[in-house]
Amino acid sequence: MKSELEKGPSDIEKSYVYKEQGQQLGNVIADEKEKHFQALDHIIERYSQEPGQLIRILLKAQDIFGYLPEEVQAYIALKTGVPVSEVNGVVTFYSLFATEPRGKNIFKVCMGTACYVKGAQEIMSTLKEHLKIDEGGITSDRLFTLETTRCVGACGLAPVLLANERVYGEAKAAEVPKIIQNYRKGEKIESKKH
Amino acid sequence: MKVRSIDDLESLKGKYYPLIKQRLGYRNGLGLTQIMVCSGTACTSSESDALYQELERELARCNLNHNVRVNRTGCFGFCQHGPIMMVHPGEIFYCRVKPEDVKEFVQTHLVDGQLLDRLFYRDATGKRVSSIKDIHFFKAQKRIVLQNCGVINPEEIGEYIARDGYFSLADIILNKQPGDIIDIISKSGLRGRGGAGFPTGKKWEMTAAQDVNPKYVVCNADEGDPGAFMDRSILEGDPHSVLEAMSIAGYCIGAGQGYIYIRAEYPIAVERLEMAINQAREIGILGPGLFGSSFDFDIELRFGAGAFVCGEETALLHSVMGQRGEPRPRPPYPAQEGLWGKPTLISNVETYANIPALLRSGWEWYQGHGTATSKGTKVFSLAGKINNTGLIEVPMGTSLRTIIFDIGGGIAVDRQFKAVQTGGPSGGCIPAKFLDLPVDYETLKETGSIMGSGGIIVMSEDNCMVDLARFYLEFTQDESCGRCTPCRVGTKRMLEILKRIIEGQGEMEDLEILEELAFDVRDASLCGLGQTAPNPVISTLRYFKEEYIAHIRDKICPAGVCKELLTYQVDEEKCIACGLCAKACAVGAISGAPKQPYQIDPQKCVKCASCVAKCPKKAILKGAGREVAGQ
Repeated sequence: MKSELEKGPSDIEKSYVYKEQGQQLGNVIADEKEKHFQALDHIIERYSQEPGQLIRILLKAQDIFGYLPEEVQAYIALKTGVPVSEVNGVVTFYSLFATEPRGKNIFKVCMGTACYVKGAQEIMSTLKEHLKIDEGGITSDRLFTLETTRCVGACGLAPVLLANERVYGEAKAAEVPKIIQNYRKGEKIESKKH
Repeated sequence: MKVRSIDDLESLKGKYYPLIKQRLGYRNGLGLTQIMVCSGTACTSSESDALYQELERELARCNLNHNVRVNRTGCFGFCQHGPIMMVHPGEIFYCRVKPEDVKEFVQTHLVDGQLLDRLFYRDATGKRVSSIKDIHFFKAQKRIVLQNCGVINPEEIGEYIARDGYFSLADIILNKQPGDIIDIISKSGLRGRGGAGFPTGKKWEMTAAQDVNPKYVVCNADEGDPGAFMDRSILEGDPHSVLEAMSIAGYCIGAGQGYIYIRAEYPIAVERLEMAINQAREIGILGPGLFGSSFDFDIELRFGAGAFVCGEETALLHSVMGQRGEPRPRPPYPAQEGLWGKPTLISNVETYANIPALLRSGWEWYQGHGTATSKGTKVFSLAGKINNTGLIEVPMGTSLRTIIFDIGGGIAVDRQFKAVQTGGPSGGCIPAKFLDLPVDYETLKETGSIMGSGGIIVMSEDNCMVDLARFYLEFTQDESCGRCTPCRVGTKRMLEILKRIIEGQGEMEDLEILEELAFDVRDASLCGLGQTAPNPVISTLRYFKEEYIAHIRDKICPAGVCKELLTYQVDEEKCIACGLCAKACAVGAISGAPKQPYQIDPQKCVKCASCVAKCPKKAILKGAGREVAGQ
């Protein structure tokens, strides 16, 4: 699955290469990375004094970087004084944390009971078929990641498909190709703010 | 302004009460129309936010924004019919309102003064119902915990105060002794709503008795059971009730800090809680010196990052401290040694949400609801093959039949009720013969299930019980933290057996091994997750053994779910020999000739069902001659 982008830069830099394709790469990558680590510094500064905030720092770091590569884990360990083994232990324990790069769009199929009895399996298999990836996989153009999620609590609307933040309730397998198409074209309907 | 006394609360209440009064069905003399738009997760997913904005825009355009006010409110519980919008005066209840409907609504309802009956709820007889008071789904409920959901704007602390919120807290801090309050909680008979049903008063007593400082109050909002969403709805619709109860608990046990442990997957609830905490701090109801007294209490959020086991209290404590959420043996109980080794009171969201109402109306009143051993009400989330999916609250002791067939509207007419699953992955399946039993902690336990946090999932004849047991076990196996062997290895072996059975490779002796293993895992596991993980297997083996036997001996899945056991056949009478199925088949298992019914070669067929999807005449059948469900 690894593409031609893999020429030696770190994992984080690789994800920038994808994001900024077609632009002047070298500077953009360095700038972007710098900016992200600065944002992370703010988070660490804000929370590291309070006891037990490691999970929050990691969640925010994942928001910034998209995932938690070893480099970021080590950085957090260094800055917070928590041993890196412990940081890694926490990252690998919780299912919300990803250590591999994820696609630009993340599709999650709810596998809660209500969705399951109402046919979430079918939504999943249609997605797999159309994206040509397996559960947990990423498409070769790095546009999509396909995952399952625990119950999101929208059981009244089962089965539920999450595309990034957006919830598609009462999803039908027949609608899946259209939803994918919309995201592929970049016609992403703005995820809703509450 | 800092609130320092009950009089200060009264004056805040006075400011907001007229609005609330109208929403409760009284005249308020303000000449104002109020529109309540549901902003719970379910309605938000069906675009209630766009609806809210469109309403504001249209009102401004028609110059109505001085006389009409749009408010966000919490979950009405009628999720299937969302987005929900309610208009006062009149308590007019509109369902499935789309942003496109706003223009017509404003013109018809607000300008012309007519009702827009196209958007009314249609009851079982097809009659359109205009007022929430006439909808059976709501009439049949008893709302104590959810009393503010759908009535107040959860983003405005003043509206909670106008519903007598924080009065109990003020009265307790200013005038009462902790011991008396714990006594009231004990006498009310309130039991933990997280599942196990431990008496709440007893827990408070135990934590209060510890002579160690500091102490902590923790709220478990890690609602992990798939199919359960009551805690989320309470936090989204009435966050202050939980904050008030936690502060009361803090005062009674002598704690100065509270933590709410909430799933990061609940963004709306997180946002509302943060807002509520900030508002309470601003007016001095949280923070240093509550109501001008010497009692300090503050609340912070801690996030769960997706681990079911963190619903277990000792695992939760580890997670609150930012560590891996692994459980540890008890004793010591959290009441003795909890967060950072200090005494900690942990209760679930719904348990806390009961407390302000209980203290307002007294324990005698509270005792009047429920059964001999289980007092008060219980919030249930209805999901699965039921007509009215959503959130309900009924007194303890209500029968499952009332919940499912009366309030829940039963199941689709062409389907048959098979079982109901309560308690999530820790619970069991209850067959039709127990539908009339009253629902309380003890009765559910006797049937082999548990109350759990209150998820009710209804299943019809096209759900396979063996597959369901596998589904739950896969979940618990996946969520098993790996700390103790019975759970880590035992659930894995059980899952393997179930998978074999589903694939048609099972042997009769597998059933005995499965059962034996289930009891071993139940008895030997370290925490609640492992101890209850076998419940779905034990209960389906108990009530639906014939389905297991059908899978093993006859190699058929009676519900037509298990793929490996299905056979596809062409219905020769319906087939029009169009050939679409043969084209759709990726493995070339379908052959035929013009004007002859097509044939499927079972040796080649991989059971992908693409032919079923393509057939224009629905002539391809699966299983024992059953037409494919839902096609």
